[in-house]
Amino acid sequence: MPKKDRLSGNEAVAYAIRQVNPDVMPAFPITPSTEIPQLVSTYIANGQMDTEFIPVESEHSSMSATIGAEAAGARSLTATSSAGLALMWEELLLASSNRMPCVLTLVNRTLSGPININCDHSDGMGARDTGWIQIYAENNQEAYDNFIQAYPIAENKNVHLPIMVCQDGFITSHAVQNIELLDDDTVKDFVGTYEPEEYLLNIGKPVSVGPYSISAYAMEAKKNQEIAMENSKEVILKVARNFERISGRKYGLFEEYRTEDADYIMLIMGSAAGTAKQACDDLREKGLKAGILKLRVFRPFPAKELAEALSGCKCVAIMDRCESYNGNGGPLSMEVCAALFKYRVNTEAVSYIYGLAGRDFTVQHVYDIFEEIDAAVQNGTQVEQYKYIGLRE
Amino acid sequence: MSYNLKEVMNKPERLAAGHRMCAGCGATIAVRGVLRALHEGDHAVIGNATGCLEVSTFMYPYTAWEDSYIHNAFENAGATLSGVETAYRALRKRGKIAEDETFKFITFGGDGGTYDIGFQSLSGAMERGHDMVYVCYDNGAYMNTGIQRSSATPIYADTTTTPVGSQSNGKMQNRKDLAAIIAEHNIPYVAQTTLTQNFKDMYEKSEKAIYTEGAAFLNIMAPCPRGWRYETSDVMNICKLGVETCYWPLFEVDHGKWILNYEPKKKLPIEDFLRAQGRFKHLFKKGNEDLIVQFQEEVDRRWEDLQYRCAK
Repeated sequence: MPKKDRLSGNEAVAYAIRQVNPDVMPAFPITPSTEIPQLVSTYIANGQMDTEFIPVESEHSSMSATIGAEAAGARSLTATSSAGLALMWEELLLASSNRMPCVLTLVNRTLSGPININCDHSDGMGARDTGWIQIYAENNQEAYDNFIQAYPIAENKNVHLPIMVCQDGFITSHAVQNIELLDDDTVKDFVGTYEPEEYLLNIGKPVSVGPYSISAYAMEAKKNQEIAMENSKEVILKVARNFERISGRKYGLFEEYRTEDADYIMLIMGSAAGTAKQACDDLREKGLKAGILKLRVFRPFPAKELAEALSGCKCVAIMDRCESYNGNGGPLSMEVCAALFKYRVNTEAVSYIYGLAGRDFTVQHVYDIFEEIDAAVQNGTQVEQYKYIGLRE
Repeated sequence: MSYNLKEVMNKPERLAAGHRMCAGCGATIAVRGVLRALHEGDHAVIGNATGCLEVSTFMYPYTAWEDSYIHNAFENAGATLSGVETAYRALRKRGKIAEDETFKFITFGGDGGTYDIGFQSLSGAMERGHDMVYVCYDNGAYMNTGIQRSSATPIYADTTTTPVGSQSNGKMQNRKDLAAIIAEHNIPYVAQTTLTQNFKDMYEKSEKAIYTEGAAFLNIMAPCPRGWRYETSDVMNICKLGVETCYWPLFEVDHGKWILNYEPKKKLPIEDFLRAQGRFKHLFKKGNEDLIVQFQEEVDRRWEDLQYRCAK
């Protein structure tokens, strides 16, 4: 029977890790994800799980050891944030190109500098082209649920790619919420056992991993990786349907909140979607047809689905919790605009940057944004593109 | 059982012929020598840092490795193999690998991947005590990228980033003593060896390293004909001179005990080692006599230091 409990996002993910009980977890501490390896170590110390934990000497080594363990045939994972993810960047590419279905639980934190420990998405976004599936959570329940769905997605034979399960640093990772936990057996049955086909420790069938590849072969390897990423979309939806059966909770590539008749949609990721939904309800009471589109799956990027979902609205505010320093908007905004153009959806789109390095994002900010795009559409004026929200005067 | 060269050489090769390593390359001889120490019937997973060995032995779609093999990146052979070794323990514990099946874990890295960019990863893996052997094939420079200096490069060597010129006599610094540094990790077994004495020293140390429980480190001087500039047939002779001049002493640190494995009856002057190599050619020019004196002094100082450690 599922049970209710009050857990922080980090506690919820650690609880899920205990239930899945993977084979190997190398990890290195970094705020705000440190609690995850701490809690896992405590579970192991108390005999509540028997994963082999490797206290490595850096994040580069945590991802290297994760790849080594996964290649050896062990279900593996690690956890990190911010600079830790940046340090393992090279290895992120090797995990995906070697087709290692490992899991990284990312607690999003800004990248230095200045050094700052709080949330934004610059770490995850910086890794957006590393070939990892990326799923973002709005709250603690989603962080828990997404982790449980991670291995069935990654290990699917048509996918075989690593997966990053993301939650917002401190906002989600440290704040406590009431969530519903599945019982251990249900989780174990859902995730199943890992049965790799080819692995280093396969007796009688030795395998070489990580070749040098000349130009005559390397391009096909990259294309195959891309095909796997495309395949993952369907698998993510299938796993979500199966997960709904055991949990009653529904997941998709994104969540549409009051968008069916919306004139204006805010497209947003992570914990700020909760704030946006609250503000959306307030605006609806005042008669503004506002809606929220919360992107859950950033990789693979659901370009076509997003374009369709936005096709009926007059204007979309695209919210980036990350600067891209390209002079033209954040990474989410760039990709959404490209999707709108590609699928010939002629909706006004405004790019907003918010919440960098833990800057508060409030319902007032959401009101202001909807008011601004509403006024622009009503008056037929242009909204200034690429705006910062919540910046000090 | 006493060492029998013929018997050892007749063991099945675990690095197959047909790879693309150079003629006269010390690394390949070292790798084959280490792998011969694996007992027949034991499985192995071989790790490898990026370098000549990797790009020449595992070029898709061909592999020269008879055992399972993993190359990940340049700087993380230690960490990668620690993941593999941990996976072995995890899968064994969970009954996915039978109790009577034995795997051994050996990783190879050049001095660039070991002394320098992979130093942290190596140190971490050794300190954590994974049951693995890290083998450095030390050819004293980044040979794969074209003979750039490393912290293993001896002083005054001519490399492409320490070129000899009107204002330069080659590398300005002495080489790092990595075997001693790893010994200070207080792991069960550390040894330094090279291709000499019918490979007896290397074979016995490899076997000890592989079959001693816990972390082990082997530093093997493995000359490179391109970087050292010698005739390919001279490789064995150069190794011998390295040992006879006490440039590359044979020693081991077994559970903290320092043991000198070989003491030349007559220590040869360092010129004998240097003269055989084109990278030291400039040292024999008129006016550079003091450079050889300095080189000799450093060799002597380290040799005395080693003798002191081994006598304690």
